[in-house]
Order: sequence, then C-alpha cells, then structure tokens
Amino acid sequence: MKRSHDSAAVNSDMIRKPIQRWAPLFLVPMVAAFLIGFVWPFFHGLFLSFCKFKTTSKWEWVGLLNYEKALADESFIYSFGFTAVFAIVSLVLINVFAFAVAYALTQKIKGANLFRTVFFMPNLIGGIVLGYIWSMIFDGFLGYYQTSILMDKEWGFWGLIILTCWQQIGYMMIIYIAGLQAVPEDMLEAAKIDGANGWQTLFKVTIPNVMPSITICTFLSLTNGFKLFDQNIALTGGYPYIINPDGTSVHTTEMLALNIYNTFYVGANTRGVAQAKAVLFFILVATLAIAQLTATRKKEVQQ
Amino acid sequence: MKGAFQKEKFGKTLTTVLFTVLSVIYVFPVLMVVINSFKKNTFVKTDTFGIPTGESHAGFDNFINGMTFGGYPFSKSVLYSIIITILGTILILLFTSMAAWYISRVDSLACRIVYYGCVFSMVVPFQMVMFTLSKTADTLKLNTPWTIPVIYLGFGAGLAVFMFVGFVKGIPLDIEEAAAIDGCNPFRTYFSVVLPMMKPTMISVAILEIMWIWNDYLLPYLVLDRTEYKTIPIHIQYLKGSYGTVDLGATMALILLSIIPVIIFYLTCQKHIIKGVAAGAVKG
Repeated sequence: MKRSHDSAAVNSDMIRKPIQRWAPLFLVPMVAAFLIGFVWPFFHGLFLSFCKFKTTSKWEWVGLLNYEKALADESFIYSFGFTAVFAIVSLVLINVFAFAVAYALTQKIKGANLFRTVFFMPNLIGGIVLGYIWSMIFDGFLGYYQTSILMDKEWGFWGLIILTCWQQIGYMMIIYIAGLQAVPEDMLEAAKIDGANGWQTLFKVTIPNVMPSITICTFLSLTNGFKLFDQNIALTGGYPYIINPDGTSVHTTEMLALNIYNTFYVGANTRGVAQAKAVLFFILVATLAIAQLTATRKKEVQQ
Repeated sequence: MKGAFQKEKFGKTLTTVLFTVLSVIYVFPVLMVVINSFKKNTFVKTDTFGIPTGESHAGFDNFINGMTFGGYPFSKSVLYSIIITILGTILILLFTSMAAWYISRVDSLACRIVYYGCVFSMVVPFQMVMFTLSKTADTLKLNTPWTIPVIYLGFGAGLAVFMFVGFVKGIPLDIEEAAAIDGCNPFRTYFSVVLPMMKPTMISVAILEIMWIWNDYLLPYLVLDRTEYKTIPIHIQYLKGSYGTVDLGATMALILLSIIPVIIFYLTCQKHIIKGVAAGAVKG
C-alpha cells in the first residue's frame, strides 16, 4: 500500500490496455463475490440498524431507537466492560510471555526449534475445539472443589485468559522472533564492547529495535481480545447468569461478540438492537485498527 | 573471562531445562484429550487426570460410538469440512491473485475503489455482516458445501487481495513487457509468467485461508443448511451444546480425530505455516 500508486506511472500502455480487455475474467469474479459476501451485507446491515425487523424483508424505519436501546441495555454495557478488561489483561500477559519466550529462543539455546514448534501448535486448533478441551480440563480440576467453570464467574474469566494465552503466545512469539532476528548484530556487539550488561542491552538496544513487532503484537492481541467468540461460546457460553427481578438477565462471562450473537438469535424481537450493537462493535474494532496503522506509520517515520 | 563463559553456558542449559518443562505443560491439554478419549464417559468428569485402566478403560468404544453420535455421521462432517476448505482455498487463491494483478497493473479509479474496499473489509468484524450475509446466502442458494466457497471468496477477499497486491507491486514490469513483445496475451502472461513468480505469496495465503476455513465455526453455522450439512466445528459444538446428555468420552474421541490431521499438516508444512502466519500478521 505504501508505495502503491507511484509505480502506476511506470505502467506502460503496452501492459495496461490488453489486460483491461480481460477484466471479465480477471476482475469480475472476485468483485462479484466481494459484493455478495461483503459489500451488500455490510450496507444492508448498516441500513437495518435503523430499522425494526425480524426478517430482512419486513422492516420499519425507527431512526436511532435501536442505538438508544443498545446503549441502555445493561447486558451490553456489562459485556463491553468484561471484554475490555479481558482484552487488556490478555494483551499484557500474552505479550510479556511471548516476548520472553522469543527472546530466550533467539539466544541459541539447545532445542529452540522444537520448543518453537510446540508453542505454536495450539494456533492450528480451532476455537470451538480449544474451548471444549479446556472446559474438560477446568471441570476435571474444579470438580475437586464441587464447582464448575459454568458456575463460577471468576474461574470463567481466568479460564478464558488461560485459554487465550495458551493459544496466542505461540503466534505472537513467531512475530517477536522475526523482529529479534532482524536486530543488527553489530549493534549488539557494540553494546557488549561498551560494557553494557544484559538488561541494559535488552532495554537500550533490543527493545527499541523491535518496536514495530511490539506495536503489531499489542494491537493484534487487543483486537483479538475484543473479537473473541468461538472460545467464549465453547468454554463458558456466558454462564453463570444473573437473573434480575425484572426478568432481564446478565450473562457474567459473556463477551461483546457473543452478546451481539445472542441478541440476534435468542428470540427474534431484538434484531434491530442487535444490528445496532454490531455497528457499534464495528466502529470500536475499526478504531483500534486505525490507531494501529497510525502508530505503525509513526514508528516507521522515526526510524 | 572463563568464568563468565561458564556462567553463560550454565544459563543456557537452565533455559533449556525450563523450556522442556514448559513444553510438557503446553502439550498437556492435547495429552488429556488422548487419555480421555479412551475413558468411559462417567470417568471423564470424575477422574479427568487419571490414566484409563480397568473399569474406566473404554477401548475404542468412544471412537465407534462417536461416529454416529448425535444422529449425524461424523464422517459426513469431515467430508464437508474437506470439500469447503479445499474449494474455498482454491477459489480465493485463483481469483484474488488474478484480481490483484489486474488491480496493480491497470490501476484505474475502479481498481483503487476495489482495493480500498478490500482493505476496509479487513477491519470489519463478522458480527457486523452475519445476519444479512446469511440471508443473502440463503436467497442465492449459497448455503451448500459446494457453493459456500463463494461466500468465503467474498468475505475473505480482503486479506488475500492485500497480500497479493503487495507482492505484485514488487515484480518488475520488464518481464511482462518482454512477454507481451513475444506475443503473449494477458491470459498467457498471467498463467505462465506472473503466477509462477507468486508462488511464495500463494503458499502464505493458502496457509492462512486453510487455517481460517477449516476452523471457522460461525460463518458455516449461519450460512449452511444445518439439518443437511455440518462441518467439524459445527458437529462438535452441536454434540456439546444442545444434544441432550453429553457423552464426554465420545466427544473427546471426535476432538482427537479432528486434531490429528491438523497436527500432521502442521508437522509436514511447519516452515511454510510459520512463514505464512508471520507474513499475514505484518499486514498492518
């Protein structure tokens, strides 16, 4: 993207003109699928967030009412808070461990390749399956205390954290290893000759040099945290529930994505509100992504 | 000097020992799946961490029962997962790489709109489109394993186009110009000159798409006609989620069966997988 359209000037007509005649084969299939699979559902969803509807064909314009209802929904606000805390705690833990592991594995220790293979492995397994593997383990353990992951909110939270760390540390480790391997050897040598100790080298030389990797990983783990769904539905399913006197309920381990899903599909009366929540969720995730882009760009300029 | 050297060597050995312990802890959950898939249902909960012996040992019963457990053959779910993953990945690789070449070489206003549309789609969470997308898929009959790959092409185009465009921009034009002078039409230029050069990016994109589609739960759950078609994640969620009394032993057996191919795939293509993941992550 960065150098994208400068090279356009070089594109000769000899190349461009003939290709243009082949648009029906080269461009149209992808664009058609993109319109069906993304563009139309996106704008349709945006439109429906201002409507009351049960099915897409029967809608009634209600303006901002869905957004008002969404923001007044206690369970939505609760899930936002839960998700935000989860995202930040998992961000810190994942990145500290992933960096430490990557740092150790780049110090030429024996068996580094084997360890890397093992730590990355959980990434290959899908969220649903991971959720059930861990639910078996937690329930086996919590059984000794006559409780279960579905009955204890604290365990639900930390269970999700443990699962997410187990899954994502290996992923971030790979990115950190790539960053650490790119740190210029002569800078490390120079630090050694100047008499810097291990910690000084780490904080004054290594970390500033891997800042781009740190930016990528922190934002990646943050957005992953906010978007978590499969693991949530499989491990805790939002349980335990608190039932309010007025009949509404708060699912104490329900994250944003699952809250939106439940608002859509548990009953059909709140679909407009669900779509409004989804739009708010999109704005949140997109903002984080743009913040990441700006941060990465700034770092690149500085170097 | 010698003392410092020995201290460093000792430190490294200590790290190796520490990491060996960590690795064992890391593999532990998978090990538990193996152990519990050979255990009788009631013992999975009461004696999760025990080795199946004597009365708790179930032999291969869990695997045999699991095959038809939940009133839907597991082999069918596996088959549909394979079909969807292969078709989806091929469709994405072929059409997004072609589009990416077109976009970077023609570079018209329309191309830029498509390109930025793709970049934009990468930051949109699935929940934003899930309801309307599943309705659209229903209307257009894209709700079978043979047609759902079109949805994957549409929703997954963003990252693939982005990665391919990034690569094509770096290919010098001279090669294609030479091909054009030699009388190649764009079709031949693309398939015999450009496509072979894209191989490294192809592999990276393929890895990312395979990992995504194979493990994807919510999209096929909402889009597919579930009474007829299930994928592995849907099947496993269905067993645990809504189907009366849960047979944990059988569930663990199915989970084991579903991760064995993944682990074989990982161990054989490990280099490509790690490279692909790193390439996909640095997209920002």
